[in-house]
Amino acid sequence: MRHGSYRFVASFLAIPLALYAIFVISPFVQAFYYSLTDWTGISPKFKFVGLDNFKTLAHDSVFKQAVGHNLILLIGLPLITIFLALVFAYLLNVGGRANAAGVQGVRGNGFYKLAFFLPQVLSVPVIAVIWATVMTSTDTGLLNSVTKKIGLGTSEYLADPNIALYCVMWVLIWGSVGFYLVLFNAAMSGIPKDIFEAAIIDGAGRLATFFRITLPLLWDTIQTSWVYLAILALDAYALVAVMTAGPGGPDNSTYVMGLAIADNGFQYGRAGYASAMGVVLFFLTLIIAAVMLRATRRERIEF
Amino acid sequence: MTIQIDVEGTRSEAQPAAHPVGGKDRVFSPVNVFSHTVLIAWSILVVVPFVWALIASVKSTGEIFGDNPWALPKELLWDNYAKAWDKGVGQYLFNSLVVVTGGVFGTMLFGSMVAYVLARYEFPGNRFVYYLFAAGMMFPTFLAIVPLFFVVKGFGMVSTYQGLILVYIAYSLPFTVFFMHAFFRTLPTSIAEAALVDGASHAGTFFRVMLPMAKPGLISVGIFNVLGQFNQFVLPSFLSPEKPVLSQGIATLLGSQRYENDWGTLFAALTIAMVPVVAVYLVFYRQVQAGLTGATLK
Repeated sequence: MRHGSYRFVASFLAIPLALYAIFVISPFVQAFYYSLTDWTGISPKFKFVGLDNFKTLAHDSVFKQAVGHNLILLIGLPLITIFLALVFAYLLNVGGRANAAGVQGVRGNGFYKLAFFLPQVLSVPVIAVIWATVMTSTDTGLLNSVTKKIGLGTSEYLADPNIALYCVMWVLIWGSVGFYLVLFNAAMSGIPKDIFEAAIIDGAGRLATFFRITLPLLWDTIQTSWVYLAILALDAYALVAVMTAGPGGPDNSTYVMGLAIADNGFQYGRAGYASAMGVVLFFLTLIIAAVMLRATRRERIEF
Repeated sequence: MTIQIDVEGTRSEAQPAAHPVGGKDRVFSPVNVFSHTVLIAWSILVVVPFVWALIASVKSTGEIFGDNPWALPKELLWDNYAKAWDKGVGQYLFNSLVVVTGGVFGTMLFGSMVAYVLARYEFPGNRFVYYLFAAGMMFPTFLAIVPLFFVVKGFGMVSTYQGLILVYIAYSLPFTVFFMHAFFRTLPTSIAEAALVDGASHAGTFFRVMLPMAKPGLISVGIFNVLGQFNQFVLPSFLSPEKPVLSQGIATLLGSQRYENDWGTLFAALTIAMVPVVAVYLVFYRQVQAGLTGATLK
């Protein structure tokens, strides 16, 4: 290390680290601190209440309902998104099988990836407004007019408390599939071609190649995707906030943890209590990431 | 997990071996027909809602929710755009542009400075700082939104450009540092050493030698940040209620236009919000896909 380079390192790190500490790290640390207080968010005075907020939280039926909704998203969103993305990635790639290359695309490969990925670059409010309109509950709604014509009848979608949450889940899936398709596709193209060639020489069919070669070699990527989708499922705030009536309605049927944090922190003047919810969300995220990574751990295949 | 970042966005594409080696054109095999049917069906599902919204932006409310919502408009109501602009969309767009310009500039500058010293200089705490930033990619911003609001309020920066810019920079740093760190590692060390031997300062070497060399990486992560900050919704809706950015404005307009029953204007506003992003996406889609997926492949 040259003379004077410590000073250089410090000068380059100072401002960014300060910004990061003030606006990212300190709010996270403060959330833990405030979760132990009865702070309203308005008055400067507050006192320590120990774990009272967490005890109240355990009996808060609205919050428990919200956690339940996030858990439904947590099961459905990663499962369906990864399944669809894998199917599409597989379909994109089977066309080139004669080439022995596992990843040579069907014709129009580039177009499909361009189209599928589109929702990923648009903001959540834009997507929420479009889908809220598509799922208009009247007979002349965009989707209803189609389903009526082909004899499937109509649905109230977001206005029906029984299915509103699943409509939200559908929009999350619809928006995510393209991203994971591109991700899996990129990972597939990293698999050396000679592995596929060897499999074909050994007489493996299309499905066998996919399940015995492609899937195991993609395992790391799928695992990471699972964790990211789980985090998205635990959030879901923005979509619910714009798309649903209330937001969180009808009858709290789409109420998620994010809404509970926003309502308590900014509307009801219970910033300490909202921070406790944030802490619960923090540990939930941590536990789920750890469990997912452990439960799905396999021997790593190097190539 | 191994770091596997695709900075130029080209390597991740399947190598376009134009025709199967065997010379057999398999385009019309049953498998391919099935593949294309499914893939086209999903493409329609993705693209049609956007196209419909585009057309709805020149329709009247009666036509949007009339007996046949799929019909084309009788006349093109360009007036919807004028009304949307008057409803504040012009101002929201301006706010977004100011914040994104400042935010992305700061993010790129500070992000690559941190990434560079972490990638190229050994000092005590190097790993610690790296993991500190990497951890920031893990948790939803939502978790700490309540304390963050009061931090920003404490600086008197709620609903100000500088408040949003600083917060955007702070929250964009983790990914930018992570991405650029991997990029600087791939660059040869000899050129920077030569510059230092020739008497250039450390900072001079960074700005005049290393940054220009890192241009492909900067473009990739820069576009990622432009899109990410332009689309940001959660942070501004709490931190900048009085000075809304475009994505917030859309959410607000949904409420007000529903009340006024004037949907054509809402879709005109939506189109104004969509067009710049889609244009950037179509021009840079390889870099966008590489940048966004690069975040997860780690």
